[in-house]
Amino acid sequence: MNSVADFAGILLGGLAAGTVLFVVSVGLSVTMGLMGFVNLAHGAFAMFGGYIIVLAMNRAQYGFAAALAMGFFGTAALSVVLERLLYRRLYRAGELDQVLFTIGLIFIFIAAISIVIGAETQNLQLPPALSGQLNLGIVQYRTYSIFLIVLGFLIALGIWLTFERTRIGGQIRATVDNRRMAESLGIDVDRLFTITFAFGSGMAGIGGGLGAEFLGLDPQYPLKYLVYFLIAVSVGGLGSVIGVYYASLILGVLDFVLTLYLPKGGTIFIYVLTILILLARPQGLLGRKEQ
Amino acid sequence: MSVTASPAGGAAPAKGNENAAARMLMQRHRLRWWETLPWLAGIAFYFAAPDYLGFGSDLLVTILFALSLDLALGYAGIITLGHAAFFGVGAYTVGMLATYNIWTEPITSLLLAAIAAGAIGFLSGLVLLRTTGLTLLMLTLCTMSLLYEAANMGAAYTGGFDGLPSLPIGAVFGVFEFNPLYADTQYLYALGVLLVCFVFVRTLVYSPFGQSLTGIRENVLRMHAIGSPVRRRLIVCYTISAALAGIAGALSAQTTAFVNLAVLGLDRAATVLIVLILGGYGRLYGAFIGAVVYLALEHFLAQVYPTAWQLGLGLLLVAIALFARNGILGLGDTLWQRWRRRRTAS
Repeated sequence: MNSVADFAGILLGGLAAGTVLFVVSVGLSVTMGLMGFVNLAHGAFAMFGGYIIVLAMNRAQYGFAAALAMGFFGTAALSVVLERLLYRRLYRAGELDQVLFTIGLIFIFIAAISIVIGAETQNLQLPPALSGQLNLGIVQYRTYSIFLIVLGFLIALGIWLTFERTRIGGQIRATVDNRRMAESLGIDVDRLFTITFAFGSGMAGIGGGLGAEFLGLDPQYPLKYLVYFLIAVSVGGLGSVIGVYYASLILGVLDFVLTLYLPKGGTIFIYVLTILILLARPQGLLGRKEQ
Repeated sequence: MSVTASPAGGAAPAKGNENAAARMLMQRHRLRWWETLPWLAGIAFYFAAPDYLGFGSDLLVTILFALSLDLALGYAGIITLGHAAFFGVGAYTVGMLATYNIWTEPITSLLLAAIAAGAIGFLSGLVLLRTTGLTLLMLTLCTMSLLYEAANMGAAYTGGFDGLPSLPIGAVFGVFEFNPLYADTQYLYALGVLLVCFVFVRTLVYSPFGQSLTGIRENVLRMHAIGSPVRRRLIVCYTISAALAGIAGALSAQTTAFVNLAVLGLDRAATVLIVLILGGYGRLYGAFIGAVVYLALEHFLAQVYPTAWQLGLGLLLVAIALFARNGILGLGDTLWQRWRRRRTAS
């Protein structure tokens, strides 16, 4: 009985972490799939949204839902401005310039947050309804983790349905598959990209806020978790929502288990696994093969 | 000023129909008078700034590391985010050999570090270089993170986060001792190692092998079509680049008598990328310019106000990516060409 409860606890904890990873990374996957733009600064948007959410709750006493909405729209608005002014100029540039540009953006975000808000870690105060324990029959577990898992599932389902059932989703899929063909069919790829970029960044902002409770939130956030976002996206497959969802959950559970049982260097297995998967399937688990 | 042709420059001169293209091809590899300047500046620095020789050694190590990256990234177009992996392997080779008193002779230690890093470069290149683009970027990043975690896991041998301090390093040629307080020997030693490595890289990139690397970077399909063994060339280049990065790491461990996990980190990999691109990649001297500018800015600004340094660095990177894709040297080149054109026009 006890071991079942332990197992369920580890699974739930890992799934909750994986869910946060998914919410942050899904936008990155779609925008990278659409434009082939290597956006290492995606984590900076997550951090930006996280700060909006945490500060709105801690300093301005907004409710959790209202703060999440503010995080989403604030980050989305910022990303549109940056996309129109800066990102746009580098779509046709090489990967190297994109890498350099987005590393530069990360530094700017880190410095700006340190100057304006300070380098200390921000703590998220959960609303009372989410901060207790929930009895699930076999196991009692933190309400917040279960809330995250359910929310993540709903978000994944929502995005998947948008992709599969709506006009704009069809346009996105067509563009990921073959951009030139999509353009010649009259799809306005520029507009499509701005919309998905804003939406993906907004989701990252929400993810930054949702994860702040156990990942912490400090100016180094975009660099600290960069490798994890990139692994989730590249293993899941560029432009594949379901792929990123699976990859994030697996990564979350693996990381949770390894840090629990092998605190020193256990994450080595994550890198080995990533390398093996990418060598076997360079396009990711559910990514479509190019050409 | 004596002018000597590098080994690759020995093409037969066209007799009567000497045209501009032939002349250009022949003169491309010649040593120019200004190529002595970095070395004269290096010697001048030794006499002019005796209090900054520790900083100077750091600078030389960074130049060598950026030069090794230039070979892979600038010449062969292999985009990697994990070059610090080889720097770290080199540094730990020297560090562990010295800590456990297995081998402390500096020059042979450098060679052992080059062999170790080269071996890792060869093995990883064998599998990684089948991929390109984002996948390659991810694989190089993961390889480096893997080594980082391995070093962390083996903390009993590598010292983990605390690292291996006060490494005993033997005297150079058995005569010149490293003084931990005054870095004059370290500086001259590093300058000598850099010179040897630079001459090697310069000869390599102007050799037919180096030319084929540039061809692969510019148009890989065409290189396949003319029957060039593309993958083999890339693996050889990656191995050499890794070995050179290993020498840079070993040099860093020797001159500072210290090595810790930071030698394998993402920070270091990103820094060397920034240094190289800041100076200008694919042009040998970009590593020199980039390292001097970056380290000077860091040394004088970061200590005064670290956050402003990070902000300034971020703005600089964005500006370079948007407006000066070929770095400082590229910018200089463009301005020079424009000035010359205007002069010939008037």
